[in-house]
Parts: sequence; structure tokens; C-alpha cells
Amino acid sequence: MSGHSSFQTNNPVLKWIEYRLPIFGFINDSLVVYPTPKNLNYWWNMGSLAGMMLVLQIITGVVLAMHYTPHADLAFASTEHIMRDVNYGWMLRYMHANGGSMFFIVVYIHIFRGMYYGSYKAPRELLWWLGIIIFILMMATAFMGYVLPWGQMSFWGATVITNLFSAIPIVGEAIVTWLWGGFAVDQPTLNRFYSLHYLLPFVIFAVVFIHLWALHVHKSNNPLGIDIKGPQDTIPFHPYYTVKDLYGMGIFGIIFAWLLFFAPNLLGEPDNYIPANPLVTPTHIVPEWYFLPFYAILRAIPDKLFGVIAMFASLFILFALPWLDTSKVRSARFRPVYKMLFWAFFINCFVLGYIGAKPPEGIFLVVGRLSTALYFLFFLVLPFIGWFERPKKLPESIATAVLESSGDDGGGGGGAPDGAAAKAEDRG
Amino acid sequence: MVKFAKILALSAVAALFASPLFHSSKALASGSAEPLLEVSWSHRGPLGTFDRASLQRGLQVYREVCSGCHGLRFIAFRNLLEIGLKEAEAKVIAAEYTTMDGPNDEGEMYERPGKLSDYMPSPFDNEKAARASNNGAFPPDLSLMAKARIGGENYIYSLLLGYEEEAPEGVTLAEGMSYNRFFPGHQIAMGPPIDDEAVEYADGTVPTKEQIAKDVSAFLMWTAEPALEQRKRMGVKVILFLVVLTIVLYGVKRKVWADLH
Amino acid sequence: MADSTGEDVHDPSRRDFLYVAAAGLGVVGTAGFVWPLVDQMNPSQDVLALSSIEVDLSGIEVGQSITVSWRGKPVFIRHRTAEEIETAKGVVMTDLPDPESDEVRAENPEWLILVGVCTHLGCVPLGQAGEYNGWFCPCHGSHYDTSGRIRKGPAPTNLPVPAYVFLDDSNIKIG
Repeated sequence: MSGHSSFQTNNPVLKWIEYRLPIFGFINDSLVVYPTPKNLNYWWNMGSLAGMMLVLQIITGVVLAMHYTPHADLAFASTEHIMRDVNYGWMLRYMHANGGSMFFIVVYIHIFRGMYYGSYKAPRELLWWLGIIIFILMMATAFMGYVLPWGQMSFWGATVITNLFSAIPIVGEAIVTWLWGGFAVDQPTLNRFYSLHYLLPFVIFAVVFIHLWALHVHKSNNPLGIDIKGPQDTIPFHPYYTVKDLYGMGIFGIIFAWLLFFAPNLLGEPDNYIPANPLVTPTHIVPEWYFLPFYAILRAIPDKLFGVIAMFASLFILFALPWLDTSKVRSARFRPVYKMLFWAFFINCFVLGYIGAKPPEGIFLVVGRLSTALYFLFFLVLPFIGWFERPKKLPESIATAVLESSGDDGGGGGGAPDGAAAKAEDRG
Repeated sequence: MVKFAKILALSAVAALFASPLFHSSKALASGSAEPLLEVSWSHRGPLGTFDRASLQRGLQVYREVCSGCHGLRFIAFRNLLEIGLKEAEAKVIAAEYTTMDGPNDEGEMYERPGKLSDYMPSPFDNEKAARASNNGAFPPDLSLMAKARIGGENYIYSLLLGYEEEAPEGVTLAEGMSYNRFFPGHQIAMGPPIDDEAVEYADGTVPTKEQIAKDVSAFLMWTAEPALEQRKRMGVKVILFLVVLTIVLYGVKRKVWADLH
Repeated sequence: MADSTGEDVHDPSRRDFLYVAAAGLGVVGTAGFVWPLVDQMNPSQDVLALSSIEVDLSGIEVGQSITVSWRGKPVFIRHRTAEEIETAKGVVMTDLPDPESDEVRAENPEWLILVGVCTHLGCVPLGQAGEYNGWFCPCHGSHYDTSGRIRKGPAPTNLPVPAYVFLDDSNIKIG
């Protein structure tokens, strides 16, 4: 990376700094001239949105931490102190709580985008892995964060999920006691969850940095799934995608603001406005919505240990995706069979989420088990799809596809009509 | 166009499956099939505001009816200024309660009259004392009740009006319990707390059972979310600003991308 | 940016307006977002509620002092004797490192209300001590007189008088 940078300046101050620490060249290379496929659609906005949400969660979190007290006797009251007495406290709290949900919405869309367009395939396997690691860290962070207000759901959600580890043979109980710092979820647990909840987002930040480093090696995938063949296929990140990302943030901001200001408790649980009571269990223990599909899988298996294994398997199987999918074609646009399976998988995830919120009995249990089976079936069937599927014909290159396109993707401005080559001439 | 239709269909499917998650918006009490009674609340909707006269009546209901058993620990007397009480009035109310302070120079704790900065005292010293006075049942603190139950203020309103003199056929009430149509499980330890003319309103409003229930429910919505009006006001401004900003940003995006192809 | 050959196809003023508008809105939006982050560190409502206190003076005899806590600091309230008042009023301004008349410091001369924090380095002085029969700070030897004014020692200024009002003859509100 040393050597001639694309960044040239006459400014003596900038030159002085650049010679000693090539920060401007670095920014120029990675954010300004950085070649990006010209045909990216709006599903590619999710990355920058996720980064924005991480920063926002850290900012609101640090600020909330100035007022929160991580003690079992004071945590609930300190949260109410934030809501009632701290200037704009209610806004910061709701922003952080709903920000977590928005962060997961963005990341789920980001993951499904990757699955649809084959962004996990070679040479982006490690990029995909880093993404899953970020996702797991996010789930750990969110889980611990939800415990902090010390409401009924905070306490009992923590109890149920930490108890899962007791399913591990031989060492399970010892691990749970170690996690708790005692014989039940209590003060020691709350204190350490607070410490780790503060720490993990910065670990996520570091992994995001590596994730972006991996991305920048082979550049972004694109809706066609075909490789960049040359500069005719790309455009500089700035101003095209900086401007498009900003616009996406505007849209996202409106949705987030609506949620925050007009429906701040929509995605939450009323039970968490009841202070934690170790002697009274709520009738329905429900985790936050973004955990529901995994919760459904956990409860679908009647055996405790195998339920836990199934739940972790449903997550870790994502690591194997680049090898399970044997097709040489990346994008589902050209894979009619895979496309159908993908949508079935997508809908199935919603079914699992729905089931996760219901009591595990009757028809809900039946459907939950069926959905769990279908979830894993998708991955097990994938290798065969790759071998036997007949993909559609791929375009020659991104550039030719963009010129021919009928405005199918949102990457161009205002949809280029047929005969776009002639049009470009007219515009002069 | 096709793309847009697909996204629309996608969102519809997603919303359909996601809707059961949003149970807070459903007017059903958990565990009971009966739909809640609903009235119109002035604080609902994007431009909702509290009816301060109603809140003050609700405060009176709380103090005269509920505070014997239920605490309101997150409300300080100074907060009462937000529902329209004058500072002098709030001070008088505060001074009606005593609170423990100290130690004094002799090292003893002593009782003193309440000040504006004090919080509403709970009627019982601790949960065990509360249970001892209430047949083993614990009257919960009401500060957050409107957010701590599915149905919120509609649930509280319905509960207060949902008592039946006698349990229906086939239901045997346990000792000391009352039948309530909306309480999960239908058997509630709290006896019917209000009836027509349970309080005499200072402002002369006719104190029907429904009126009393409405006023105290609105009051409890305020105690649960005092910043509601500020939140909605700010929300309108923020969203309007973001809409304008997003439109401008879209214009910028189109301009920058226009030279492509 | 757009590299048109020759003529400017896009109306430059329209394009600039858009960019200027976006940047302007961006700045406003950022400022609006940053303000709550800054303001949340300002004293919260419960802290502000304790920013003034009311004190009942009726139990304090002549020659007696009490100390109350106000905004986290000690406040001396002294019911001065006639002697102390006379001495305080009789001091010549040129004798004072920080000249201030007793009338200004104690409008009602019977009552002296001071923030009991030494203006040198913040220790709490001892009452009715020192060479001037006022307060004496044991940390570095500052002497204050019966009006709480610095007379001798390293402290640069007089003991501060907090803002207070008499609500009636025997009640004051500090802050």
C-alpha cells in the first residue's frame, strides 16, 4: 500500500502530514476514488446504514452510561431517572432502544442481500465470515443490553438464556454459575453484563474495520453477480455512492424517527416496565423480536441439549454457506431454482419469528417444528441445486449490461432507456 | 415497476408476520378474549396532548382512592407543576405527607413534612408490609402501569369498569377475590375501587364511574410518560425536517448520477 | 463531477442551489442532533430541584450558628451578636485584602450567611476561631473576620455570600 497514492495536493500542511501519515491518501483510496460497480441497487445501502447505526448506538450508549447505575437495587430507577429528569433523556433512551432494533433490521436485510446475490461466494468467503462474527457479537451485545434496565423481561430473559448453557454435559452447571457469578441472575450478573455491553461494540467496531478491509480487496459484489472486468464497469465511490448513501440515510432516518417519536414502545415488551422480581415469572417470556426465529428453533426440539445445539447450528451453518452452495453463478437473478428456494427460506424465517412469539403448544409447536426442518433443509439441499440447476445466460460484463438495461436496477440515474449509447451522445 | 411491486409485496408479507409481535397495539387484554373498552384519549395520535383538567381530576382520584394502597414513587411533587398546579398548591400537597430525614445532630432519624423535591411516598414501608395489609396480595406501584400492561390506559380504564357483582356460571371465586372481565384469569384481589360519586370533583365535573375511570387512567398515562407531549412535538418537527432534507438529497443524488450512461 | 464536453448542460445555479441547500440542511440537522447530546450533561431536573433550599431560622439563638448543605457545599448561617456586628461594621476598608462593606454582605446585619468553603484551596473553615473572632481555616492558616472577610493568610477573597432572600422574618431561601 506504500508508494504513489492517488492523493495529490499543493497544500504544504497537507503534504507534511501525508508524508508522515498518509491519512489523506488512505481516505482518498478507500472512500473517494475507490472503484465501485456502477450497477449497485439500493440493497447495497445497508452497509453504510449499519455502520451509521453502530456509531449511533455507541454515541447514545456512552451518553446513557453517564446516568445509568448498574446495581440491581438502582438500575430500574436510574433508567426512569433518565426518562424523566435527564435533559432529553427520554429521547436518548428511546433512540438507543429503538436504534438496536433498526440496527438489526438493517443487518438482516444486509444478510439476505448477501444470500440472494451470492456475495458470500469466492473470493468473499472471509468477508462473509467476518459479517457473521459481527452478527454474533451484535446479538451478544443486544442480549446483555436488554438486561440492564432490570425489568421483568430483562431478568427472566437473562435467566432463560444463561440457563441454556447448563445443557452442556458435565461442565454445563459450572459454566452457568461462572456466567452468573452466583447461583442465579443477580447483582454480579448485572454488573458484568454492563461492563461487557460497553466493551463489545468497540470489538464490533474493530471487526467492522477488518470486514471493510476484506471488502476492499475484491471490491463489492453487484446485482448481476459477475466480476468487475475493468474501469468501464466501475465508478468512483465519491460522489456517486456517497450521495446515494446519504439519500438512503435520509429515508432510513424518517422511518427511525417515526418509530422513535410516535411508536417508541411498539417493538418492546410491557413487562419490562415492571421491576425485576426473582419470585414471579411472567406468563410469557419473549425475547426481543430479532431473536425470535432462533428462539423458535430452540423450542422446536423437545430435548434440552439438542434444542440448544439446533439453535447454535442454525446460526453457525451460515459459515458453511460458501461451500454448501456449489453453483458457480452468484446472483439469484440468473438462478431460477435457487431464487424460489431463497424466497421460501425468507418467508420461512418470518414464520419462525412469528412462532417464536407464541407459546410452544398445539398448532404453533407443529408449525415451529416444520419450519425448523425447512430452515435446515434449505442448506442441505443447496449443494444439489448448484449441481443440477441450469442458470440463465450471464451478461458479458457489468458495463454492457448497464448499457442494455431497461432500468431494472436502480444504479443508474432515472433509468436508462434502450439505445442508451445514442442517448449519451445526445447529452454531449 | 415490477421491482417496486415486489418490494411492496415483500413488505406486506413481512408486516403480516410481524404484526403479532406488535401486541401492544392490540386492544386485547392478555389471557382474556374480551376486547377492551375503548374511549378516545386526547393524548393519542401524532398531535396528541394531555387534558390538564382531566389530569388534575385524575390526581384527585389517585390521592383520595388509590393512594391508600398504591404508591406512585416516580412522581415528585415538583412534577405536579407540569399538570397545571401552581407552585403553592403543590407545596401544600407535599406538606400533607411526611417523610423520613436525618440523621440530625443527635444522630437520630426524624420525620419532616414533604417538600417539592420529594417523591410521592408509598403507603407501605416494603412489599411484605403491603402484602400483610392486603390479604397477601401486593398492590403494585402505579407510576408506570399505563406502559406495563398490554392495552395501556385502555386496559386500566376497562379494568376499573370491568367488575361484575357475581361471577358467571361455572366460575367459583376464591376467598377474598372479585370477578373482573378484563383481568387475566378474571379473579382479582382488588375489590372494585370506584363507583359513581366516589369522589367529588373540585372543578364540578359530574363524577360518574366512567368519568372517574377516564380521569385516573389519563392521569396514569401522564405518570408513565410525562414527556409524551414534548416527544410528539419534537417528532413532528424532526420528521418534517427529514422529509425536506431527504427530498433535497434525492435531488442531489439524481443530479450527480444524471451524467452516467 | 460531471465532465460535460463544452457546454454546461445542467443549469449551474440550480445545481449549486441544491448542493447548498443540502449542505445547509445538513449543518442544521447536525447541530440539532448534537445539542441534546451536549445538554444531557447539564444538571438534570432532580438536581435542579435541589438547587435552592429553604431554611427556617427560628430555632437559631443569638450567638449561634448552623451549617446547612446547599448544592453539595456547607453554608454557614450565623445569628450574630451585637458585638460581632459592631466590630464588622467598624473595620476600615484599607485594612481589607478584599474590601467589601459589611452592609453589602449582610443586609440584615443580625444574619450572616456564607458559603463555608475557604477561597484559598477549598477546605471548610472553623467557626468562631482565629485572630479576628470569625473563621479560621486550619489547612493553610487563613483568618476571616466577623463578616467572613479575609484578613490574614493565603486566601485571596472573602467567604462568598450566596444569593438568598428572606421569605418572611424567620425563613430564607438560598439559591
